[in-house]
Amino acid sequence: MIVVVKPGMLASVQDLGRHGHRERGICPGGALDALALALGNRLVGNADGAAGLELTLGNCELRFECMTRIALTGDDFGATLDGLPVRANWSLPVRAGQTLRLGALNAAGTAKAGLRSWLAVAGGVDVPEILGSRSTDLKAGFGGHEGRALKKGDRLPLGRPSLDALQMAQRSFGLRGPAWAIDGVEDAEPADAISLRVMPGPEYAQFTAASHRALWNDPWHITPQSNRMGSRLEGTALARERTLDMLSSGVIPGTLQVPPSGQPIILMGDAQTTGGYPRIGVVIRADLWKLAQAPLKGRLRLVQVDGVEAQSAWLAQELYLRQVAQGLASAGWPVAARARANALSSPHEAGEHDAD
Amino acid sequence: MKLRLHALGDAALLCELPPPATLAHQQKIWALAAEARQWRGVREVLPGMNNLTLVFDPAAIEQAELEMQVLTAWPQLAGAAIEGRDILIPVAYGGDDGPDLGDVAAHTGLTPDEVVRRHTGATYVVYLLGFLPGFGFLGGLPPELATPRRAEPRTAVPARSVGIGGEQTGVYPLVSPGGWQLIGRTPLALFDPLAAEPTLLRPGDRVRFVAESVRT
Repeated sequence: MIVVVKPGMLASVQDLGRHGHRERGICPGGALDALALALGNRLVGNADGAAGLELTLGNCELRFECMTRIALTGDDFGATLDGLPVRANWSLPVRAGQTLRLGALNAAGTAKAGLRSWLAVAGGVDVPEILGSRSTDLKAGFGGHEGRALKKGDRLPLGRPSLDALQMAQRSFGLRGPAWAIDGVEDAEPADAISLRVMPGPEYAQFTAASHRALWNDPWHITPQSNRMGSRLEGTALARERTLDMLSSGVIPGTLQVPPSGQPIILMGDAQTTGGYPRIGVVIRADLWKLAQAPLKGRLRLVQVDGVEAQSAWLAQELYLRQVAQGLASAGWPVAARARANALSSPHEAGEHDAD
Repeated sequence: MKLRLHALGDAALLCELPPPATLAHQQKIWALAAEARQWRGVREVLPGMNNLTLVFDPAAIEQAELEMQVLTAWPQLAGAAIEGRDILIPVAYGGDDGPDLGDVAAHTGLTPDEVVRRHTGATYVVYLLGFLPGFGFLGGLPPELATPRRAEPRTAVPARSVGIGGEQTGVYPLVSPGGWQLIGRTPLALFDPLAAEPTLLRPGDRVRFVAESVRT
């Protein structure tokens, strides 16, 4: 059992999402950084798709009422376990009665510090599965813990830890995080901006040449009006050559839609399934994790790529996960490593491992 | 009817028809959705208005191959393959359930009773579900009932409110911000995540509204 002592700005139960129900208007939701949740789950011996907690902007306190194993991924917000530091991407044992605290400020104190953290717990957070997922749908009010964000005093049941997690006993170990390990475009960019690789969207050609230049060359800022539905950007106003009527059409996480204000919104996991605004671009799957961790008011640079580059970026992420599996295997984590390699690329199948 | 294909990121393909949106177009979109659902590598089908988004797994099928499959299947599809159901939605019109019935009457130049008579007299077709879980985009609003959205959207429209927004009508499944003119409310749940069929409506269904009561 985990007791929520202080939830912070927004804490919710999330797994890898509720897939297969878009045609009913049900959004996929799930951990906005699926890679972070999967990493955390691997570190505690869970299947990639086990439910964990998504925490926003630190300032959070959780008490464990049983012995277990945890891993914090994403930003660590200066986390401590009964006063001792907890690093991101580490797997560590927890005794009954211990308290995990995330600080109010991010640890690095720089523009590159993050926004969200994910907590994985051995056995996963054991809330009922609804429509194939344990994720909280905050807008529709179902899934997760009572269909809502976590509140002070909530008690979250945990599933049975895997044999792996039990065998690790008191050992602690860690991983290189994805920002270090995945070779993206980050090396060449100014340190205060996060690069997102974007494919031109279906309505890209309707925008003016000046808008195209601004999209790829001008800096963009994430405004504080952002949430799990969308990251609102601020920058040069984008405009179409002429206003054409848009009919309702599918949108997916990563879609950059441009409302009449000209300030784009990048849709996130809880966004509606269809939209009526032109889609100037779509952030590639391999970069969605960076978007989920991009700090409010942080600077973004949008980099144009095509489908081939997007696929090779995805393969780089899969290679990283394979390295994670190998690293964990050499640390004595064999079952988890074998069974879960590549599960991220098949979120539909990931759920099948939940009964491990 | 020439289909335009466009990538929507690296794991989704948009298939769209040129405007206008017609029921005949939409029936072919549903037929394509039903077909594509069977294909290897296609994870989700999402009909829009005059378009279809296929969410696919690039590890199982390349986009170029999927495009080829769509273009091969398209000319062979029969329009009316989908079998819609007839759904009756009881509505308490006006009063607290439909606070904007008077405004719609004023805008259209009809009496509130006449607005209700015409709203219940039509048969609507569910073109797609989107926006919210279980929210149906309905075609078939009598043109004389079209009323612009409210200048000031409400921050919280009550769940199960029946509204008119421009040339569309529909039912809000959940509490939600919204700008439509609210003319009534139904006791039916449009969305129940615990039910075997979580949404009352499905694309292709025919909907009729039935007046349970009218308060003016």
